[in-house]
Amino acid sequence: MLRDITLGQYYQVNSRLHSLDPRVKLIATFAYIISLFLFKNITVYIIAGLWLFVVIKMSKVPFKFMVKGLKPVMMILLLTVICNMLFTKGTPIFSIWKITITYEGVKMALFMTIRFVMLIVGSTIMTLTTTPNQLTDGLESILTPLNKLKVPVHEVAMMMAIALRFIPILMEETDKIMKAQIARGADFESGNLLKRVKAMLPILIPLFVSAFRRANDLAMAMECRCYRGGEGRTKMKPLIYKLEDKKALACVTLYLIVLVAGGIAGNYLPI
Amino acid sequence: MIKIKNLIHEYIRRDEEENVVDIKKAVDNVNIDVKPGEFVALLGHNGSGKSTLAKHINAILYPTEGTVWVNGMNTSAEENLWQIRQSAGMVFQNPDNQIIGSVVEEDVGFGPENMGIPTEEIWQRVEESLKAVGMWQYRKKSPNKLSGGQKQRVAIAGVVAMHPKCIILDEATAMLDPSGRKEVLRAVRALNQVEKVTIIHITHYMEEVIYADKVFVMDKGSVVMEGAPREIFSRVEELQKLRLDVPQVTQLAYELKKSGLPIKSGILTVEELVEELCKCR
Repeated sequence: MLRDITLGQYYQVNSRLHSLDPRVKLIATFAYIISLFLFKNITVYIIAGLWLFVVIKMSKVPFKFMVKGLKPVMMILLLTVICNMLFTKGTPIFSIWKITITYEGVKMALFMTIRFVMLIVGSTIMTLTTTPNQLTDGLESILTPLNKLKVPVHEVAMMMAIALRFIPILMEETDKIMKAQIARGADFESGNLLKRVKAMLPILIPLFVSAFRRANDLAMAMECRCYRGGEGRTKMKPLIYKLEDKKALACVTLYLIVLVAGGIAGNYLPI
Repeated sequence: MIKIKNLIHEYIRRDEEENVVDIKKAVDNVNIDVKPGEFVALLGHNGSGKSTLAKHINAILYPTEGTVWVNGMNTSAEENLWQIRQSAGMVFQNPDNQIIGSVVEEDVGFGPENMGIPTEEIWQRVEESLKAVGMWQYRKKSPNKLSGGQKQRVAIAGVVAMHPKCIILDEATAMLDPSGRKEVLRAVRALNQVEKVTIIHITHYMEEVIYADKVFVMDKGSVVMEGAPREIFSRVEELQKLRLDVPQVTQLAYELKKSGLPIKSGILTVEELVEELCKCR
């Protein structure tokens, strides 16, 4: 069962979005996130919403998968909405006891929610259409200029890739250790929180020891295969911008221009 | 191909103040000469120093005393390091801990990538080496979904893609089940016979030694026996003293001979024994 866990939330279908260069998707997501925070008026949200709708349609991923990404942040979202409603000063709409709901508060909360939901859904699309490995490759390639500032970009990307490879292995190992401890009479289910946390120790310690041993072995195996950092390394699957990628980048630029124009125009609207 | 002369390796343990607490000679005055294209087996039970010896051939460890030459290059000289690692590839015991890529073909490409080979040639090499070990149809799979023997064959392909002159299998079959061990051995023997790659196979399974050209038996850091498998296995008592088991057939032939049957010594396969027994009638 543990073997089947896939990391990230990659959704396998053939779409134009899936076959795009990961760098394009990273840039587009970044541009989109920034675009949401540039202006604070209704036109911007309409334009961004339309853009999001088109992208969702293009990705061919069922909409419910995007909403899934929202679940874990629901609490934070709710909290921000309540805080915004309660503590924004302005023209009051109505008040009960000491609580006053203002027009500005409602507007703020509404905008916040729209922005938040669009932000999460937008970035979920990226992780749904890109495999973790492609993402790592893309990040490495985009961040390469940072090498000049002595940031070990290649090393960090390599660490991420290795971590992704070892997660299923360590999961399986955790499962094995857990079963071995249960066979020795360990009890992970009963007791209060503190007791349960304490019961996890006999799992964590062997897991850490074995993880270190694996790391040691892996480092040796990598050295044996002539690994010496990113210098002088060639790529088996190099990232090359294709025509499709250039078109996508042009679309993103167009979107940004339209959004900025809409945003400036929107500032003169009465809402 | 590989020449080891008077090799000594000491593991030195120090306490917190850097004082020497304990010196252990893991390899003690070993002389080994391996010719190109040979299939050499290195036997010995746990702690006999065979893995330490193997790490010297790949320049992971440096000699305390003595010299190791790989393909004419001295392993102690730092400028030779990458050349040596490229010409002597190593396959380790645990298949999970030596596969780096999350797709089979990516892992095989890892070595050539590090060597700075152009992209098209990497793909060519990946295809060749995956076909050589019979794993081509699994190239798009995740290594996590393969069996132990398959994983180990991927690891071998990863080494083969670097076009080494010599492959060292450091107990590469120890964690596999019998069928996985057979798979791996078949792949290795094919490489040895078709591509003429020199193989150094470290193991404690006697059955895997039969096909070797030459066998070295190690005990307490030194080579105590050396010769063709047939010679080694005719010395059953000596092997038993070293806590090594001879293959079952050899053991049976030995016992039969001891109880008076006229059988020649050093029998390795069932067919040979059958033939000898038929002669006895």
